[in-house]
Amino acid sequence: MSSETIELRGHIIDSLILPKVLDQILTSGGNFKITEINIGRKRADQSFARIEVSAETGEALDGLILRLRQQGAEVVERANAQVASAPADGVFPSDFYVTTNQQTFVRLDGKEIEVSPAMINSAIALDRKKGTARAVKFFDVNKGDEIVIGHQGVRVVPVQRATTHTDLFQFINTTVDADEPKSAIIRGIGDELRRAREANGKIAIVAGPAIVRTGAGQHLIRLIEAGYVDRLFAGNLFAAYDVERALFGTSLGANPELAVARGGHENHLRAINMIREAGGISSAVHQKILTGGILHACVRHEVDIVLTGGIRDEGPIPGVTTDVIEAQKVMRTKLAGVTHIILLATLQHSLAIASMLAPDVKTVCVDIDPPAVERAIEHQPLQSIGLVTDVEPFLRELVDCLTDSRVRD
Amino acid sequence: MSDGMRELLLCPPDYYGIEYEINPWMSVARGAQAAVAQRQWKQLHATLSELHCEVHLIPPQPRLPDMVFTANAGLTVGRKFIPSNFRHKERAGEQLFFSNWMEERGYEVHWLPDNLYFEGEGDALFGGDALFCGYKFRSDIQSHRALADMLGCLAISVELVDPRFYHLDTCFCPLPDGGAFWFPSAFDEYGQRAIREHVTDLIDVLPEESMHFSCNAVIIERDIVLPEGAPKLVTQLQDRGYRCHELPMSEFIKAGGACKCLTMFMPQREKC
Repeated sequence: MSSETIELRGHIIDSLILPKVLDQILTSGGNFKITEINIGRKRADQSFARIEVSAETGEALDGLILRLRQQGAEVVERANAQVASAPADGVFPSDFYVTTNQQTFVRLDGKEIEVSPAMINSAIALDRKKGTARAVKFFDVNKGDEIVIGHQGVRVVPVQRATTHTDLFQFINTTVDADEPKSAIIRGIGDELRRAREANGKIAIVAGPAIVRTGAGQHLIRLIEAGYVDRLFAGNLFAAYDVERALFGTSLGANPELAVARGGHENHLRAINMIREAGGISSAVHQKILTGGILHACVRHEVDIVLTGGIRDEGPIPGVTTDVIEAQKVMRTKLAGVTHIILLATLQHSLAIASMLAPDVKTVCVDIDPPAVERAIEHQPLQSIGLVTDVEPFLRELVDCLTDSRVRD
Repeated sequence: MSDGMRELLLCPPDYYGIEYEINPWMSVARGAQAAVAQRQWKQLHATLSELHCEVHLIPPQPRLPDMVFTANAGLTVGRKFIPSNFRHKERAGEQLFFSNWMEERGYEVHWLPDNLYFEGEGDALFGGDALFCGYKFRSDIQSHRALADMLGCLAISVELVDPRFYHLDTCFCPLPDGGAFWFPSAFDEYGQRAIREHVTDLIDVLPEESMHFSCNAVIIERDIVLPEGAPKLVTQLQDRGYRCHELPMSEFIKAGGACKCLTMFMPQREKC
């Protein structure tokens, strides 16, 4: 989205120039926001309007502005972004601009460039030769890179509220507390996932170990088998619980189907050892060592598994990225193209993923802990739903409505 | 000016001819017949002179064939004269002759910024309490704002969309009683609406009659001097109590002008 600010002066009301300009913007597929308007009081008084005009592409905007100039529109000159060189590898110049996760543009040599990707808590590095602006983390920056400083020449476009009331995310746009009804919302989320799949959207699940421990794994497996999961983000602990459950029927020694467990923590470590011995999850599936569980379903249905580690991890299970900087890079790469994300019962991974999401990714967060839900979705205004609930009933109801032909539309 | 007598500026067609093509009417190949043009202009001069008008003549200049179209010299309100900034270089040379001539007669010359095109009464006509201003082909809309500032008047800007009707005075003619006659399809939708909102009694001129430059008329109180070839319009005007003087204008229409283009009011209005 490119934009310019124009000004109209004169008898723009009596001459119908203002409505003409606004109509021309809309019929050209552009958009406008009137940021200031002064209507003359007496007959001969002139009026004034300042209008922010935007269009999908720079070329479309240029063409539109050219036509608006013929109607007397004057383009307000905008200042270019200010830049400074990075003083050392991994260090930004002081006063560097800190990004939000909203769509952001910087003005360079009189032209606006979109910052890519839309990533929160980053700096903006410019490449004049390529004419690009990149959101960069500390580890991305090299000495001498041109980094945007201050706020001049930077424009942020927040996600707009939809003009229709059919978007579930915009309509709800809040957290549904533990004591509120959820069935209708879960059905709505199911419809959204169905539409996403039909529109070739990408659905990602961020899974916490509680899914396995509460016995909700079976529902997630059904969701995977029904084709509603494209990527699975999780930690080493989730993977260890899942394989332990598949191999020994327990997770951290507990069997959700039995009141008393056998084996205790032993099973946990033995399961990790078996996967390490097999050379990883995928190998364990192919060697028929691992014949059930969520990760088994992912391998069988070609769901991309992205596993990242933590300090307290045992193992790790092969395939888990333990270097945190490397893990950030992998997660960011794997989030590209994701249109819908469901954060399930994991504060640590949900917050990590949430900090990397583009503002237009539709986000559902389910957690038993209200502050965890609030924190996970706070950066996705108008695009998120939070549900304070145990993950098991949520997943069960969601999968039931997605796989029950009676409720299909 | 005395006892309400209108003062007009005309320019004899001594150097008139089609020497370039800057509108769809002009054809160098076809040209205009000088003797016929002389006769038609003299008839206009005589008609206006008989209508209780004081007609001034500016000396024509060689190589400025369109100087005959004095309506494009500028806009006069009271003792203020706002000279044109011609869009085409072919006519730019006329500017100094007109401004000097007006200045010598005691008019205050007020210049528009020279980056704004404006072609005088051709694109600026008072109707009711507003100054109607045409734009796009010759005048810039920005010039209207500058005019409104200079004169302290309401300027209604209307976009012209048919290149054959490239000046406002080729398709819109305000009447002294607040009405006007016009050729609506020369304007875009918004221009049509703006005119309809500000002019109460509008006479639509038929396409075939508008092609005879019927809207390019000089109004002196109840007398209307217009090109021949618009019987229906003449009847409508007569029904409203106007006397119509139909003149042959063929040689000037070849250059895209007629009675009004050949005439500038001094002033068009005493004040806004």
